[in-house]
Amino acid sequence: MSLLLAAGPASEPAAAPASELAAAAASQLAAAPATWLATDAPAEGLPTGDYLAAAGTHTLLWLLIALPLAGAAVLLLGGRRTNSWGPYLAIAACAGSFLLAVVSLFALLGLEERTAQLELFSWVPVGELQVDFGLLLDPLSATFTLLITGVGLLIHVYSLGYMAHDPRRRLFFGYLNLFVAAMLVLVLGDSYLALFLGWEGVGLASYLLISFWFYVPAYATAAKKAFIMNRVGDVGLLIAMFIMFATLGTTQFAGVFAEAELLTAGTATAIGLLLLLGACGKSGQFPLHTWLPDAMAGPTPVSALIHAATMVTAGVYLIARSLPLYEVSETARLVVGIVGVVTLVIGAVIGCAYDDIKKVLAYSTVSQIGYMFLAVAIPGAAAVAILHLLTHGFFKACMFLSAGSVMHGMDDQVDMRRFGGLRTKMPVTFACMTAGYLAIIGFPLLSGFYSKDLIIEAALDQGGLRGWLFGLTAIAIAGVTAFYMTRMMIMTFFGAPRWTEGVHPHESPAVMTGPMVLLAVGSVVSGFLLVNVFPLQEFLAPVLGSEEADHVLPPIVVSIIVTLVSAAGALVAYAMYFRKPVPTTAPVAVSPLTVAARRNLYFDALNENLLMRPGQYLTRALVFADNRGIDGAVHGLAAGIGGGSGRLRRVQNGFVRSYALSMFGGALLVVAALLLVRIGA
Amino acid sequence: MTDLPWLTILGLVPLVGALVVAALPSGRDALAKTVALAVSLVVLALTIVMCAAFEPGGDRFQFVQAYDWIPAFGVQYAVGADGVALVLIALTAVLVPVVVLASWYDADPSADPLRRVAGTAASATAGASGSASSRRVGGGTAVLDPPQPAFAEPVDSLPPRRSVKTFFALLLLLETMMIGVFAATDVFLFYVFFEAMLIPMYFLIGSYGGPRRSYAAMKFLLYSLFGGLLMLAAVIGLYVVSADAGEGTFAFERLVGLEMSTGVEIALFSGFFIAFAIKAPLFPFHTWLPDAGAESPVGGAVLLVGVLDKVGTFGFLRYCLPLFPEASRILGPYVIALCVIGILYGALLAMGQKDLKRLVSYTSVAHFGFIGMGVFAFTTQGQTGAVLYMVNHGLSTGALFLVVGFLIVRGRSRSIPDYSGVANVAPVLAGTFLVAGLSSLALPGLSTFVSEFLVLVGTYPRYPVAAVLAAIGVILAALYVLLMYQRTMQGPLRLPALLGDRMPDLRGREVLAVAPLLALMVVLGIYPKPLTDVINPAVEATMQDIGQSDPAPTAADGAED
Repeated sequence: MSLLLAAGPASEPAAAPASELAAAAASQLAAAPATWLATDAPAEGLPTGDYLAAAGTHTLLWLLIALPLAGAAVLLLGGRRTNSWGPYLAIAACAGSFLLAVVSLFALLGLEERTAQLELFSWVPVGELQVDFGLLLDPLSATFTLLITGVGLLIHVYSLGYMAHDPRRRLFFGYLNLFVAAMLVLVLGDSYLALFLGWEGVGLASYLLISFWFYVPAYATAAKKAFIMNRVGDVGLLIAMFIMFATLGTTQFAGVFAEAELLTAGTATAIGLLLLLGACGKSGQFPLHTWLPDAMAGPTPVSALIHAATMVTAGVYLIARSLPLYEVSETARLVVGIVGVVTLVIGAVIGCAYDDIKKVLAYSTVSQIGYMFLAVAIPGAAAVAILHLLTHGFFKACMFLSAGSVMHGMDDQVDMRRFGGLRTKMPVTFACMTAGYLAIIGFPLLSGFYSKDLIIEAALDQGGLRGWLFGLTAIAIAGVTAFYMTRMMIMTFFGAPRWTEGVHPHESPAVMTGPMVLLAVGSVVSGFLLVNVFPLQEFLAPVLGSEEADHVLPPIVVSIIVTLVSAAGALVAYAMYFRKPVPTTAPVAVSPLTVAARRNLYFDALNENLLMRPGQYLTRALVFADNRGIDGAVHGLAAGIGGGSGRLRRVQNGFVRSYALSMFGGALLVVAALLLVRIGA
Repeated sequence: MTDLPWLTILGLVPLVGALVVAALPSGRDALAKTVALAVSLVVLALTIVMCAAFEPGGDRFQFVQAYDWIPAFGVQYAVGADGVALVLIALTAVLVPVVVLASWYDADPSADPLRRVAGTAASATAGASGSASSRRVGGGTAVLDPPQPAFAEPVDSLPPRRSVKTFFALLLLLETMMIGVFAATDVFLFYVFFEAMLIPMYFLIGSYGGPRRSYAAMKFLLYSLFGGLLMLAAVIGLYVVSADAGEGTFAFERLVGLEMSTGVEIALFSGFFIAFAIKAPLFPFHTWLPDAGAESPVGGAVLLVGVLDKVGTFGFLRYCLPLFPEASRILGPYVIALCVIGILYGALLAMGQKDLKRLVSYTSVAHFGFIGMGVFAFTTQGQTGAVLYMVNHGLSTGALFLVVGFLIVRGRSRSIPDYSGVANVAPVLAGTFLVAGLSSLALPGLSTFVSEFLVLVGTYPRYPVAAVLAAIGVILAALYVLLMYQRTMQGPLRLPALLGDRMPDLRGREVLAVAPLLALMVVLGIYPKPLTDVINPAVEATMQDIGQSDPAPTAADGAED
């Protein structure tokens, strides 16, 4: 009850000072010459590709990747003998990586130019194309390495409890380590090709983990769907690299960014849109978003790590990294924003209709990444997108792990209509989920409040029709988010128990609740810390640029509006689900919009009818044609040349002799021809 | 070291080995196998030493030898290896021992403990007596009979026992021919190897293959002979032209740059091209491959698709382009179109197959499209990519065929619907299958990715539309691989009836055979430089022969090199 009151109108007064604080902090950041995080180097504009060679600690950057990779290799090749100690090795590898990431960050802070590039070896050297495999640590990649290894470590630990009873858990940990290694390659690679290596590597890890329980056909299908839809996006990324090579002669970040300005607007638009296609595939953005909810087939820790906190945000990383290219094409930028806004709406609308707790969270992820796409496209606001990415990493991972904890206690039930009243049975889980919940709906001073408000501000500050359209949509969806998240909370933790028979909900062991609590703390404080104490925007400025826009509305007003709208959304959910008992089966007589939302707004049907079915027919037709058509023609030709089947049969029956004969005939022909030539010459 | 006649030795060792194996008293099967394995390993060791002796920055052709053979016509026994030939010879040397090891029991299935586990003793004897009838059925299948349904009927009886020593002797003989065809620098000698190579392969398919082996072997032979005939005509034509220009010769280096009219050039180009396009095979010359690949014993299929077919794409690069630069330029765009069609067509057909080995064969049609595209893109990236692709495809499809073969040995069925959820009982087999499949779909980190990327990135500057269309093939590749994997390895367990609910996982010998291929894929995927260093100079020489240079980056002034 206290939760609902807090989310309600009573919280308004608290909003004002907090947002004032945020605004003050922002202005202070702009004005202050040097906090301890600021660089001495001028931090305006986007990177031009001048990266400094790594020295000192940074020469060990490769270890960051090598540790989890070695862990994966041992676990996947080691067989049963690794069963007992394997999971601990995986955790140790991830912990080692995390420590290295922390050390690297501090070493980076000590550098005047905040870049460290470590060339490892020449990967694909052919002619003009010289792809060197190297690692690049700069504020952007350093931020990601911390997120990946930090959240990764917590989820490794959580999995110890969650997967305790699975006989194949050594493979699970092996795949997790493989994922961490691939994701680190993705963010640390210093060329688009190296990024692509990690990009498809995480796709593979995701495939393996979604289909971890491969004997369930639906899970196997979900994994395949994820991989294929990702591949569609990956082809975009591939073609973008072709264009880069054809126009700039390189795919290294340094080379591309140094000469991005030479690109024509058309070329830059093409590259930008193709990169966006790749980003859409990986990040579950419209129109390639339908794989992400299906990917919930994987074990819940996987959903938390890969399909919420890290991998699905790789699209945002890609676009943030490629900002110098988007700088050249306003069109590509605009399309990124539009995709973000559209996905924001789609994800939130569908999220309202599902009863499967993991799918609600999945659509919520789709929608929240929409916020990030929206922000990353706004000049100067990319850092805000990364801020939301981080806070989202905390609160969404926290919510997923809490959901996993609920499932753990409910015999892997995911239907929220079969939950209810779990608050007292799982107090720690409830508390953690509440922290995540309050953070995502933007409860004042919690992490989502900072990051989401800043995104909405930035959207409005674009000005003009675009500003209002994007901004108001973002505000409205904040309300919808509050609605479906409140619905989830009420259906799961409040009301009367609607448990299926034989289910005895219980709190999860400490090995699971520990990571949850840490993430919950992160969900609560990370926004405040990253805005006020360790200002992320300033830290990222050398990579993402910084631009002080004129405010259309004062930040405080925006904060109040957003908080009010969110409160309204939460209240509607309160009225609909708290006041009335929740039926154990979904109501049938519902609005057309709900029906559509339950069917993913018909995106799956569209895929099926537009691509899958025609593809199957085409394949069948071609198989038929290949057998009857081309082969038939050849058979006909053979008959014609051979002068009838009888002769060919004869060839076949005495095949050794006739073959020798034909060889002899051929040789004779050669000699005759050569003789002719000799005589002629 | 470099003075040794390396290539001749390499060719002779397996030939002598073949003779020794063939001369062994019958009944000494185990000895025959061991000798064959030892000989193939010796060849591998020699090849490694030779590769180490090769100087990437040195002459275009190294380890050169030339002796007059038929002086009257200027025919020489002339061998030499450029980077392209070197890596393909190395591929051959790697694959043969792998195949020997993997085919250990293919000629005498009843000796295989695995198959004894799978089947009953009764079916083993039934297999022996059934061999005659199955042979008659196969033999009666004339070329003209309409093709049978694309999936194989499950074979419940053991395949018949055949002469073990002949099988391994044929494999070694085939190795000699394959090394010869890559090493030849005399066009006539090349032609001789090109045709002679068919003989051992023909017998491998025709005698040791599946139920429809005779049909498949004959189809393979007729297609190849037809192509060979066209090439023979072109070879003679080339001699005539060189004779007109002065002295008649077959020496590759003297034929390069030969003056001829465009019409003649196109005619001669076509002779070579069609022969190679059949061998490779490119769409629409591909229909023999699914039959040959499906009916051939697995080891034969690995060498057929892994090495023999590469002679076609090797021929494009070595002979079609340098000998007929003008014709290549004129006809190049059409070839590219064929290749793109092949990439998409092969992939779509692969998806529609119900027979595992036919499926893998069709994936190769798609892959050969990529290779052809790289060759005819006329860029160093495209051509180096194509050569790398030849090597990597040999490793990757070789591994895929092997694993599929391991599965078929257990279930005695090639039909995909007969299997489901194999990963439940045979995780190592499933894991190997997945890695081989991922390599087939060119996952970054595995060697095939590097080559596919190079081909595409090299094609794009000249043929952007073709490169983009071919990139769609990348999606289709993921589809056919993962569909196959899902249908056979994932889902609930369902195995062919004779297995019940148990299937033995990979055995040591099988792991030993396939592991080197997987390891090479990973190593060459991360560090392909040793190969590219060798291939690049050869490709640059070819680019010079055809008077082409890479298109410069359009936006930058190329200041960064």
